[in-house]
Amino acid sequence: MNKYVRYLRWDTGLGILLVAVLLAGAGSTEGFAETTNLSAALNDTAEIALIALPMTLLVVAGQVDLSVASMLGLSSALAGALWDAGWAFELIVPVCLLVGVLGGLLNGWLVTRVGLPSLAVTIGTLTLYRGLASVVLGNKAVADFPDTYAQWASYTETVPGTFVPYPIALFAVLAVVAAVVLHCTGFGRSMFAIGAQEQAAWFAGVRVKRIKLVLFAVTGLMASFAGIVYTLRYGSARADNGLGLELVVIASVLLGGVDFNGGKGTLGGAVAGVLLIGVLNNLLTLNDVSNEIQVIVTGALLIVSVLTPRVIAVLGERRQRRTAAP
Amino acid sequence: MSTSTLKPPPAPQAPAERPRRSLAETVFRVRELSIGGALVLLILGTWLANPSFLDSQGVKDLLLNSAILVLLATGQSVVVLTRNIDLSVGSVVGLSAFACGSFVSGSDHSAVTVLLLGTGLGVLCGLVSGALVSFGRVPALVVTLGMLYVIQGIGHAWAHGDQINAADVPQGVLDLGSGSVLGVPYLPLISAVVLTGTAYYLRTYRGGRELYAIGSSPEAARLAGIPIRRRVLAAYAFSGAVAGFAGALWLARFGTVVADAANGWELTVVSAVVVGGLAITGGVGTVWGAALGALLLTTIGSALVVLKVNPFWEQAITGVLLLAAICADRVVRHRTTEALRKRRRP
Repeated sequence: MNKYVRYLRWDTGLGILLVAVLLAGAGSTEGFAETTNLSAALNDTAEIALIALPMTLLVVAGQVDLSVASMLGLSSALAGALWDAGWAFELIVPVCLLVGVLGGLLNGWLVTRVGLPSLAVTIGTLTLYRGLASVVLGNKAVADFPDTYAQWASYTETVPGTFVPYPIALFAVLAVVAAVVLHCTGFGRSMFAIGAQEQAAWFAGVRVKRIKLVLFAVTGLMASFAGIVYTLRYGSARADNGLGLELVVIASVLLGGVDFNGGKGTLGGAVAGVLLIGVLNNLLTLNDVSNEIQVIVTGALLIVSVLTPRVIAVLGERRQRRTAAP
Repeated sequence: MSTSTLKPPPAPQAPAERPRRSLAETVFRVRELSIGGALVLLILGTWLANPSFLDSQGVKDLLLNSAILVLLATGQSVVVLTRNIDLSVGSVVGLSAFACGSFVSGSDHSAVTVLLLGTGLGVLCGLVSGALVSFGRVPALVVTLGMLYVIQGIGHAWAHGDQINAADVPQGVLDLGSGSVLGVPYLPLISAVVLTGTAYYLRTYRGGRELYAIGSSPEAARLAGIPIRRRVLAAYAFSGAVAGFAGALWLARFGTVVADAANGWELTVVSAVVVGGLAITGGVGTVWGAALGALLLTTIGSALVVLKVNPFWEQAITGVLLLAAICADRVVRHRTTEALRKRRRP
């Protein structure tokens, strides 16, 4: 059965599926393979992609952070309020990032010190951060951010010589960093250990609490950074920016084959999951498929993504039993 | 403790053990008591600050506002008890409300038909989620998140931006949402009946106790021969049924509905359940707690309005109270465990 599963790993399968969808899209849909469309499609996933990176590490360690979209909104609202108050944009960014880290630390502190389940904690902070966002900015919308930064986040400005917009280029770099951390360092192995068997990891000398705290802080940091990208990309800071995005991020990560129970998953799979949802949505939009159907496709994909490995495993077991029987 | 281990316990001391045990048991029960106490304090405080909070209209509003959330929290608790979760409830409510609305629009169907239709639709959705979770043996969070999108998408595709107008909904259905018996509106009465029935079943019937067993230790439950798959499937069907039923009530209450009526409610419902003292890891808590949690969340919202708190602060305060409730519950549980451990020590 092991051999069976090894060759049919979900994340590699997903990568193949992504390439297939890309090729099929290029062949069947006019305008899909054009660089402007690809830039736009990629850039549309920017915030989800950026948050998906730390979320993958967190889910591998058996935790979850539902407050990311609220933190995105808080960071956006804060950026808007400070810009409104006449702050320099260069000063606003570090302040927002600091708030993100603090928010992440609060999550981590409640999980590690008070000993609460992360799902419960982050449902609480989801409400709290979104509430703070509306305290900071009310229902105003702040626009008119400096052009240089707005350009940086727009899909029309790309890394010279490629069709990759800057937020996605940054995402690519961070993805490599995250992949190295997760798969090539002791720190990464510790995350898998915590996700698989927290107590055993602790007995083996893994500093469980500290690692969890760091992960939550990094997730908060990335969520607040995604808030700045969101604000610049849409040119509007609002308290309700990114409402409901947390479920999309988690859906992408889980689609990538990361086990929600922790201990299993690859960063490549998660990235493939993010890109697949982005590319599919773009393809469906180009083909005039309504937004509603796109939502259904996302949901169905998610269900299929957890069912398929299960079906493969059951089939493998059955085959093994048949060969073992005589 | 050390002195008692040195000398053998004399016989007269044995009865003295009794009150200590009952104390620990009281602490156990305090979990619901503490939420109830917080609720009473909140209501009293708000009432002192603004007496109109508890006039007959105020109480009626409070009951009406919380009725649907209490109902949904009841359904969700049954699933959470089995160490699963149902994130699709919000979308089921929306779909059911819209389906019922388009079914009765411009006709004279009775309220009972509408409720049956909504419940049936909910059961269907619940059975799909339940079958995927119990027979697919896959993480509930992923499956119900997927179902959330699928059902939401179906609702949107069907509604296509349309909405049901109160003017088209037959009066008989609207009466269900606004009518009352002896001054008590129907909606909270219905919620109370469903809540009591569920609580009784969970407490008394074998099936209910088995749900607790499954949540506490799936492996032990399996070894004890409990039909886990069937029970989990039933729990999801129940949660779906309640959500669909709530959708029909939603239509009766508001008249005007869109397909994403209860969008985002899944997390509110889970919040209510968690605040109510049900462990997200299953096997612990009661539906009474969940209902109190739902009541508390609704009351916080209403109280902040009555106290004329800046509406921008409302959600932040709710968040802080939510966290405080979760932390308090944790502390109580920790104390209880300590008390029980001390008692067990010779």
